[in-house]
Amino acid sequence: MASLDRVKVLVLGDSGVGKSSLVHLICQNQVFGNPSWTVGCSVDVRVQDYKEGTPEEKTFYIELWDIGGSVGSASSVKSTRAVFYNSVNGIILVHDLTNKKSSQNLYRWSMEALNKDSSPTGVIVSNGEYDREQFVENAVPLLLIGTKFDQIPENKRSEVLTRTAFLSEDFNAEEINLCEMNFPFISLQMTGFTDRKRFSFKSLHYD
Amino acid sequence: MSFLVDSVIMFTSQVLFFGFGWLFFMRQLFKDYEVRQYVVQVVFSVTFAFSCTMFELIIFEILGALSSTSRYFHWKLNLYVILLVLIFVVPFYIGYFVVSNIRLLQRQKLLFACMVWFTFMYFFWKLGDPFPILSPKHGILSIEQLISRVGVIGVTLMALLSGFGAVNCPYTYMSYFLRNVTDSDILALERRLLQTMDMIVSKKKRIAMTRRQMYQRGEDQNKQTGFWGMIKSVTSTQTGSENLSLIQQEVDALEELSRQLFLETVDLQATKERIEYSKTFQGKYFNFLGYFFSIYCVWKIFMATINIVFDRVGKTDPVTRGIEITVNYLGIQFDVKFWSQHISFILVGIIIVTSIRGLLITLTKFFYAISSSKSSNVIVLVLAQIMGMYFVSSVLLMRMSMPLEYRSIVTEVLGELQFNFYHRWFDVIFLVSALSSILFLYLAHKQAPEKHMAL
Repeated sequence: MASLDRVKVLVLGDSGVGKSSLVHLICQNQVFGNPSWTVGCSVDVRVQDYKEGTPEEKTFYIELWDIGGSVGSASSVKSTRAVFYNSVNGIILVHDLTNKKSSQNLYRWSMEALNKDSSPTGVIVSNGEYDREQFVENAVPLLLIGTKFDQIPENKRSEVLTRTAFLSEDFNAEEINLCEMNFPFISLQMTGFTDRKRFSFKSLHYD
Repeated sequence: MSFLVDSVIMFTSQVLFFGFGWLFFMRQLFKDYEVRQYVVQVVFSVTFAFSCTMFELIIFEILGALSSTSRYFHWKLNLYVILLVLIFVVPFYIGYFVVSNIRLLQRQKLLFACMVWFTFMYFFWKLGDPFPILSPKHGILSIEQLISRVGVIGVTLMALLSGFGAVNCPYTYMSYFLRNVTDSDILALERRLLQTMDMIVSKKKRIAMTRRQMYQRGEDQNKQTGFWGMIKSVTSTQTGSENLSLIQQEVDALEELSRQLFLETVDLQATKERIEYSKTFQGKYFNFLGYFFSIYCVWKIFMATINIVFDRVGKTDPVTRGIEITVNYLGIQFDVKFWSQHISFILVGIIIVTSIRGLLITLTKFFYAISSSKSSNVIVLVLAQIMGMYFVSSVLLMRMSMPLEYRSIVTEVLGELQFNFYHRWFDVIFLVSALSSILFLYLAHKQAPEKHMAL
């Protein structure tokens, strides 16, 4: 077990967007029937074959650290959450497609996670404002996931998709929009692409 | 003519209050959520506006602004509207939103919302039975019936909040109660938390790897049934799945531990921040206030006990008493009428402002603590209901703090309620709440250092 490399990925987002359901889906290949509030942090693990079928095939453990709470929490909660942000290999930002505020809050979430993650020589943005430049040089890959796509009425879908396309541009992230977790299918819709990734999410299979 | 002018003034002020409630809702309560149902925002702002108008009318009463007939008219109007909102509109919408959140009842939302409302009305009515709040000569549909019940609920809320606030305020302000937390304590806890997380991760890795190997070997997760299945299960190793369930139990226990450690760390961080704050100038100021408030708190508890034990109801208000004392004992002569008006205006004004501010802050804190994106609408409506009832009962109780000449309009408008009962009830609940808060805080304070000893 120890011989396999570990990859630590944070799952961030407002409360109620579906992070715990998403993590459960990725790791257990099952739909989570009874989600409740995540207190602190809950971790789940997925065994992933990187570049399956090629001679460079390697098996990784992907640890998904699902961190609960909201971006407006008290500073004591924020400083406690900061211990989880060490040595992170990737961040999944989850937002609810039916709730615009959750998408806007993602900027603050990423600032919180990346500021803790910055190297000693890195500049710490102290005014808390979103700085696009920071994300350009960001070495940590970001993946943007939008949930509850099927709860949007038909006529609004294209508008929502354009908005999220801008969002993923801002983050320089790859984007996936998911339908509601209770249905047996998940239809993946990938828009936007960045090639600065050290591991590929395309090899995730959903039953 | 003057009636028209007065009405315009009242209306403008109501619009102002409405705007303030709207802003408060957008900027403070819902700043992290998206407002989708404007009904909720409107209902909240309307409740806030009409509650504040009642306070405004009291102030006008003391100042003698506007003509007395128009004041009386607006009092009555305001009261009817606010009762309408508190008893019909808000509970109905609460029922409606609760029902919308429940999956099963999506079809007949309105029907179920009406059912919820009828249940609420039934309990609301039953509330009046055990209390001697009315004289029997009132009819069943009179306004006194409704106000009396709203008053009981509101007074209970006020007393609970006051009791807890009176005890909690010195406890939070004074640095005497702050536990000593050092950086190394926090670091030790954080290290424990991370270690627990690592243990959870390694166990989950084992589970995942074992499951994957079992899957690759074609072994079924479910136990095999049938006769041959039983024979097979005896011989082949089912220890795979048994091991799994054992490890899973360990993981569950570790996860519970990690949650507790997280909460403890948050607690320690909060205490450390408070310690740092107490060293600043503001912190020292609040510390001093804390001593002052603790004396006030003890005084109030003492007075409440005396009131209950000796069955005493204050006949005069503090302003007149104060003036009497200064005139009779200290021999200072001044124009009683003039000063009593101004002093009671200031006193009542301070009471109003602090109670509104205190309530809004408490509601905000409560809202942040318990709401999520699903339940935010319901919670805001519940808070609006509490706020309305709170403000109505504070008008009721404020009657005691005003000199006789200003009390008359409150008595006239609210009808013949047994005001003494409300004061007695307030004292009882205040005492109960304050004593149980002291007990609760004492236990919590004692328990915390013991937890750290065990680390």
